[in-house]
Amino acid sequence: MTHLAIRGLTKRFSGQTEAAVADLNLEIESGSLVALLGPSGCGKTTTMKMVAGLLEPTAGDILFDEKSIINIAPERRGAVMVFQNYLLFPYMTIAQNVGYGLKIRKVDRAIIDQRVSEILEMVRLPGIESRRPSELSGGQQQRVALARALVVEPRLLLLDEPLSNLDAHLRFELRDLIRDIQQKMGITTVFVTHDQEEAVVLADKVALILDGRLRQYADADVFYKRPADEATARFFGGQNFISGTSANGTFEAALGSLKLPSDAPEGTGILTFRPENVRIGAAADGENTLQAKLTDKIFLGTQTRLKLAVGDDIITAIANPNDVEGYLVDQEVPLSLPPATLWVLTK
Amino acid sequence: MSDLTLSSTTSSSNVRARRGFGRVVFYLTIFVMCLMLILPVIAFFINAFAFRWFYPQFVPNEWSLQAWERLRLIPRAGDRSLEGFISLWASVPDVVSALGLSLFIGAVVTGFSIIIGLPAARALGLYRFRGKRIIEFMVITPTIVPPIAFSLGLNINFIRWDLALEAAGFPLDLSGSIIGVSIVHLVPVMPYVVLTLSGVFANYNPDFEAQARSLGAGPVRIFWDVTLPAILPGLFVAALFAFLVSWSQYLLTFLIGQGRVITLPMLLFAAAGSGNNAVIAALSLIFIAPAILILLVASRFLSGESSAVGGFGRV
Repeated sequence: MTHLAIRGLTKRFSGQTEAAVADLNLEIESGSLVALLGPSGCGKTTTMKMVAGLLEPTAGDILFDEKSIINIAPERRGAVMVFQNYLLFPYMTIAQNVGYGLKIRKVDRAIIDQRVSEILEMVRLPGIESRRPSELSGGQQQRVALARALVVEPRLLLLDEPLSNLDAHLRFELRDLIRDIQQKMGITTVFVTHDQEEAVVLADKVALILDGRLRQYADADVFYKRPADEATARFFGGQNFISGTSANGTFEAALGSLKLPSDAPEGTGILTFRPENVRIGAAADGENTLQAKLTDKIFLGTQTRLKLAVGDDIITAIANPNDVEGYLVDQEVPLSLPPATLWVLTK
Repeated sequence: MSDLTLSSTTSSSNVRARRGFGRVVFYLTIFVMCLMLILPVIAFFINAFAFRWFYPQFVPNEWSLQAWERLRLIPRAGDRSLEGFISLWASVPDVVSALGLSLFIGAVVTGFSIIIGLPAARALGLYRFRGKRIIEFMVITPTIVPPIAFSLGLNINFIRWDLALEAAGFPLDLSGSIIGVSIVHLVPVMPYVVLTLSGVFANYNPDFEAQARSLGAGPVRIFWDVTLPAILPGLFVAALFAFLVSWSQYLLTFLIGQGRVITLPMLLFAAAGSGNNAVIAALSLIFIAPAILILLVASRFLSGESSAVGGFGRV
């Protein structure tokens, strides 16, 4: 159980003008599971390697339980990283791989054997001690890599894209397994992912990093309801951005006046709402009702995506196919934007 | 699965190559190659045990051990008892001491070349940096520059340093000593070691080291547990090259050793001038024996796809 604090962490690689990670601040509660989310090249893996000690920061500090570990050698930090491509030592058996960290710590042979068996049981791979890494599937290798990290009971577990090399069904299985073990052992865990769904489902809290900067650090649902800025909203699938002014609980824009939730920020800004929160046709009722013209309709199987023109503004909506079956392109359609689903970005 | 299909296609194409005319060419090539390699060795064997071997004879009429007697490896006809062997070998025949010295210098040069070459090869194989091509070129220059060009100058410097060291109270001889000869052997050896090992490191994934580090291993442990097992086959091949290059040095040993460091090639060249075919042949057999032995042991590492590889690859 370790509280992780990252203060003003910066990494600038030589020969590059832009910092890979710029002034990153993050507090990770003891025992929590946090996702570092961002597109590839955003600096999330760089951040993780700095925490593990495998990269030296240009500036800033990293603290475990309020003690700086920046000058502690990586092998003594107790932060174990599991790499994206598993990196099982090919010439060792599974038992030797998993027991490696304990062997380094000079644990008794008999105890190592016992702990290795226990941890392999925990990752649901009992009895594979004498096999070689090359005999295992990707999912099994990933679980062995996880077991190898867990067996040393690290202060901090760092997972680099733990699910990205796996098939869809294995991904769900391993996702649940990671969550399960993390809860059971209570190890503070940070994982890196580019998949927002993975981050949302697995993590207690999500840190979104774009271009080396932390954009928002919050519970997963906040990214949908209260995104920090337009880039954050877009990363989470937001598509509606309308300029205007927020004052006294209403948003004034070209398409009309809209009622806002009571905690919406005031001033000039951008109104945003999620496509799936737009109510269409018969469902459109009550506050913030607008008349729109349907300009495009795409059937996506379980959903239908609609483009609706209100004056010069285009609103994207996602609806249940049955609800919008009767509407044709160029037809007038009523829509409503429930105030609780609106948010204003004032940056 | 892909491995399986791959190997089955290669074996079927092998079968196709061994049909009809292709088959004749295939076996003929192998036969000629074996003949070219083995025939000279057979000639050495016959010469080494022949009393006289002149033109029309297919094999010598008379056999003898006179060459081995001259090399003082086998006692004369009268004393070929155990005592005779013991008293002869107790005096340490020149061939034995030369063989021992060649083995010793070869081992020392191999060890130092690996110690020097390993970090260089790692840097060249793993990293990209400014001036890399120039350094790569400098590493292979000893294979381009004739040994005589640098060894004469080096010997003059060795003598100067020896004098300076002696004046400073450290009487250490480089010129005409085993140390000096070992140092100069490193010159032709290094390119082979660095090039072989940098190939290994080009195929090496340093993330394995980071993983071990993260699991709690210190630098020394990482070297033994992660780096060494990964590069071992390549390291073996590099050591083999290093040893054989050192083993076959004549000119450098002659110039820097100043006739005081008598390795096996020194004896061989001296004998070559004598015109005694039997002695030359016997010495040559002794000279090539270690090379053949090492090659037999190392064939596992040198054959096919495992040649000079290692380094896990990038998974």
